[in-house]
Amino acid sequence: MFNGAFTMESLQDALPILLNEFPLAVWETVYVTILSTAFAIVIGLPLGVLLVAGDKNGVLPLNKGVMSALGVIINLLRSVPFLILMILVFPLTRLIVGTTVGTVASIVPLVIAAFPFVARLVESSLRELDPNIIEAAQSMGASPAQIIMKVMIPESVPSLISNFTIAITTILGYSAMSGIIGGGGLGKIAINYGYYRYKYLIMFVAVILLIVLVQIFQTVGDKWAARSDKRLKR
Amino acid sequence: MIELKHVSKRFTTADGTVEALTDVNLTIRDGEIYGIIGMSGAGKSTLVRCVNMLERPSDGSVEIDGRDIGALSEAELRNVRRSVTMIFQGFNLLMQRTCLKNVCFPLELAGMKRHEARARAMELLATVGLPDKANSYPAQLSGGQKQRVAIARALATDPKVLLCDEATSALDPKTTHSILELIRRINRETGITVIIITHQMSVIEETCDRVAILDNGVVVEEGEVGTVFANPRSDAARRLVFPDGAEAVLPGEDSGERRLRVVFNGAKATKTPLITQMAIDRNIAANILSASTRCIGDKVFGNMLLGIAGGDETVADAAAYLTSVADVVVEEVKNDV
Repeated sequence: MFNGAFTMESLQDALPILLNEFPLAVWETVYVTILSTAFAIVIGLPLGVLLVAGDKNGVLPLNKGVMSALGVIINLLRSVPFLILMILVFPLTRLIVGTTVGTVASIVPLVIAAFPFVARLVESSLRELDPNIIEAAQSMGASPAQIIMKVMIPESVPSLISNFTIAITTILGYSAMSGIIGGGGLGKIAINYGYYRYKYLIMFVAVILLIVLVQIFQTVGDKWAARSDKRLKR
Repeated sequence: MIELKHVSKRFTTADGTVEALTDVNLTIRDGEIYGIIGMSGAGKSTLVRCVNMLERPSDGSVEIDGRDIGALSEAELRNVRRSVTMIFQGFNLLMQRTCLKNVCFPLELAGMKRHEARARAMELLATVGLPDKANSYPAQLSGGQKQRVAIARALATDPKVLLCDEATSALDPKTTHSILELIRRINRETGITVIIITHQMSVIEETCDRVAILDNGVVVEEGEVGTVFANPRSDAARRLVFPDGAEAVLPGEDSGERRLRVVFNGAKATKTPLITQMAIDRNIAANILSASTRCIGDKVFGNMLLGIAGGDETVADAAAYLTSVADVVVEEVKNDV
């Protein structure tokens, strides 16, 4: 199927595209991924905190009905396939961005798809925290808000960074998918040239660049998480 | 003064209701070091958490200086907790904060200005002997050092009461001793009331003025440490005093031996072998039935059970001889206990 992908001819054909379109595509992919992750954290972090703090054994137990509703909504959003979700949120995307096509427009479905995932990641980070530390804070007269802001979140920072790294690499993958419905970036190039026009070499290069980006995000995230963790003796 | 009145605590689990505490009545005086000892599962940790309402009693009340703290609002309770602080077996320091910032933490919660909090925290780190660890993280400290930081943190808000929940159980004997010494020193210097929860008799012997023995959620014995341990009446107390079983070391009545319990409350260890010296000086042969003593620094803690053949006079003579050493308590053990 991929016969002729690596011939001299296809290389000559691909070269102008690689030089003219790839720098912009890489940039689009990076900023869409970073922006989407940032928004997903802005929404997902408080939700994740709520999932842990509002638990019946949490520091701020909330109404059981509210908590189960929250859980169901998060699971629901997470179970819709991303491709379908992108189409489902068209009205919302149009409302916010004014159009459903383009690089900026793809941020909306990416955030909608990612924040429930981030909420669950935050939840798992916060649940790792030793409950005795929370009890100690309570014994010193800390209020629920103080426990959340001064104990739960700061003590979980290394684990949160690790989990946000997982989130950013997943969102990078989603952003490539958004090329199908008009999102920009490496995904669009891979689909347009590779799938529609049989220029497989271009597709391979796009995929390799995506792999490189994942590696970079993962490496930076791992380093940052390790550096921030004061439990490691140095 | 802390008064626990008819305190009971029940937990509902999947297997039904568990009674963790049953009708506990205790009065802890200002400035004393009060021990609560019991085996694991006796309810000690639940009991100490009732004092700062981390656990709310199912029945009964806890009064601190005449104030029923169970009736307070959450906000009022948070204020009370600044004057009734706690240290733990697992230290429970914030691992992502430096030692200095750990000590600052309760002050931060109370809304103290940053630079004032730092100055106070530095003072406290000096008090616990770790002024040079201000910028270290807890992970870089030993267990004993972590507990010192935890003590500094507990003292930050200038509390009236310090609760110690198995605070030395994770430490080796030498470190245990130094931590207990620190707690005693702070008690002497500030007049803080201390409640120590432990399963180790040595901790009580070394540190406490009075003790309560908790068994299955019930206080089975209470009183001065020397009195309770010299003459244990309840099964639970006997299990603690004679861990290998009292009967094993107490021969039958017809052996004709009288028994003396010798309790060392930090007596100065000397090169003279006490029991042998007694045999030479007073011609009293003592049979060591059991002994559990340890030297910490240059002091001896623990107890010894001696069997002495002879009449009242011989026993009285032996008791007098042994008591002449400072910090040794001698008590005759009767069979009918």
